[in-house]
Amino acid sequence: MQIRTLALALALGAGSAQAQTEIAWWHSMGGALGEQLNALAAKFNDSQKDYKVVAVFKGSYPESMTAAIAAFRAGNAPHILQVFEVGTATMMAAKGAIVPVAQLMGDAKEPFDPHAYLPTVAGYYTDLKGNMLSFPFNSSTVMFYINREAFRKAGLEPRAPKTWKEFQAAAEKLKAAGQQCVYTTSWPSWTHIENFSAWHNLPIGTKQNGMGGFDTEFTVNSPLHVRHVAMLGELAKKGMFTYAGRTNQGDGKFASGECAMVTASAGAQATFRKNSKLDWSINFLPYYDDVKGAPQNSIIGGASLWVMGGKKPLEYKGVAKFFAFLSRPEIQLEWHTGTGYVPITLAAYELTRKSGFYDRNPGADMPVKQLTNKPPTPNSKGLRFGNFVQGREVIEEELEAVFAGRKDAKVALDDAVKRGNEILRKFEAAAAR
Amino acid sequence: MEKRVVFRSAWLPYALLAPQIAVTLVFFFWPAAQAIWFSFQLQDAFGLRTEFVGLRNFEALFADSRYLASFRTTAVFSVLVAFFGIAISLLLAAMADRVVRGALAYRTLLIWPYAVAPAVAGVLWAFIFAPSVGVVTYVLRRWGIDWNWILRGDQAMLLVVIASVWKQVSYNFLFFLAGLQSIPRSLVEAAAIDGAGPARRFWTVVFPLLSPTTFFLLVVNIVYAFFDTFGVIDATTQGGPAQDTQILVYKVYYDGVKAADLGGSSAQSVILMCIVIVLTALQFRFVERKVQY
Repeated sequence: MQIRTLALALALGAGSAQAQTEIAWWHSMGGALGEQLNALAAKFNDSQKDYKVVAVFKGSYPESMTAAIAAFRAGNAPHILQVFEVGTATMMAAKGAIVPVAQLMGDAKEPFDPHAYLPTVAGYYTDLKGNMLSFPFNSSTVMFYINREAFRKAGLEPRAPKTWKEFQAAAEKLKAAGQQCVYTTSWPSWTHIENFSAWHNLPIGTKQNGMGGFDTEFTVNSPLHVRHVAMLGELAKKGMFTYAGRTNQGDGKFASGECAMVTASAGAQATFRKNSKLDWSINFLPYYDDVKGAPQNSIIGGASLWVMGGKKPLEYKGVAKFFAFLSRPEIQLEWHTGTGYVPITLAAYELTRKSGFYDRNPGADMPVKQLTNKPPTPNSKGLRFGNFVQGREVIEEELEAVFAGRKDAKVALDDAVKRGNEILRKFEAAAAR
Repeated sequence: MEKRVVFRSAWLPYALLAPQIAVTLVFFFWPAAQAIWFSFQLQDAFGLRTEFVGLRNFEALFADSRYLASFRTTAVFSVLVAFFGIAISLLLAAMADRVVRGALAYRTLLIWPYAVAPAVAGVLWAFIFAPSVGVVTYVLRRWGIDWNWILRGDQAMLLVVIASVWKQVSYNFLFFLAGLQSIPRSLVEAAAIDGAGPARRFWTVVFPLLSPTTFFLLVVNIVYAFFDTFGVIDATTQGGPAQDTQILVYKVYYDGVKAADLGGSSAQSVILMCIVIVLTALQFRFVERKVQY
């Protein structure tokens, strides 16, 4: 018995060591999302015998990016790295450290059509020449959620305000009805600066939001930006906007029923669904109706898969095969419906619609609709700023100063632009040589 | 008479010291040297392009108003942590020293927090003071105090100070208790016979005799506030809101690890290294004079 087990183990071990090429995939999907991701890898590994994708959880987005950078410096980077959207410019600038996806798929002669992807998704990860640099994986966008029960209690129709004017009127009614927390937000910069700009067709920075070159400058101190941030500051002062923090802390305040309205990631739907007592709806972001062309379309957040440089051709072939596998509509459908991330190819969106998923989960297609509301303009394609991890925090610090009533909106946004531009110049100096 | 061990062998003392020296070289001198070298460079995140820029990183730092603000934050933070850490533990030690029954239980409980990792301590206090679900927040709201350290800088500072002090009190307590127990009873009794009350006995007899301990703890606590409170801050405020709790060491981490600006981060750590060297030297030079061993 023992000998037989041993022999079997040996045979299996020898077999896999000879035949399979291992592909390391570092990611940041914890919890339920991690399980979904592991299922994808397992499915790929079962579908063929030549390659084995080994998925490794490396902590939060900044942590796994830092780990991969350190590993690259030490000469043992993973093959595939999941990088969040704000890290895009940093990865792009690292020529020699990465392999553009378009080139990888071309070399491996795997089918790959960038036009299969939603324009807002593809645009985010494509350079000006039209080459897709990284493989879109998990994308979401900011949505506006309301607690319908709280609306009814305040004597309001349980319908989400469409404009910021209607929003303010509803907020006052909710406050008057004794609602402790009227409105909160997750991801303040992503929501109220980045997506706000795209939604109103305003530039976040010059040079097509940085996509046209590293010599870009922030433009988030325009009159409309100032007006919006001042409005939020005013709401905070009147106790109608409760600031929750820089990441997804707002989700919890809404899920618990504490806050009546929230702007949060499309991915938060899973959390809200879990609380069966919560009567909520998912809606488009509010907009200013006196702005011409608004609403435009919102932009994505989330992450894409980057291929690291310096590996063997055979391994790259495996990576290409894996990406071709991930592009299949049925795999996309599984990922989209299992996680709440938006479907990133048009085919997957169609397939999901036909499967009846959106009928069973009303509103689940709102994020896609918001992302594709209009064909994207240079202002609403996405953004690409160097060291935007830092840049975003600068914006958030200045927003916090306004929400705390310590700074005037105009002064804060002027400071955000000034400080943000310093970071951009430093990045340009390090990357341009 | 002086006790002294004399090694006959020429190489044995060096061999015995070698492991410690090796550890210090690898884990302190080598990284420190590398930090100094990096502080003169401008690098991209992946280390693909490196340029020698001389003192430009340092110039940029001192032109940055937020870096200068971080000095003030660090000063406020470390003074608060050192002062309250020492004052509270001295009070507790003086009390515990007088306890007759159950002394061991008291001491064990007071030493307990020292076994808690800084990050855990931070999370613990962050929960107690959490803006919407915290126990203390609930009570404060009843008193009409709007407690939200996610937005208010002064409250965030208070939170990290409380967590850091709580963590350090046990350590200080141990030293003070040992110091108190080494004070000859006869001195205190003599003062009592001369008619000095408890407060007077403490300030004129006990406290001066504790001064070496206090001085030692002052140095240790300042160094603690400068470096070891990193975990507390990372687990709670992460330097926010609006950099109100961003002490120097946290900024080094943030700029170097999260923002991938190795040059700027190294320059900061070099400056930090200099500050601690100078501070410790100053403390030994001036404060030590007032200490009676």
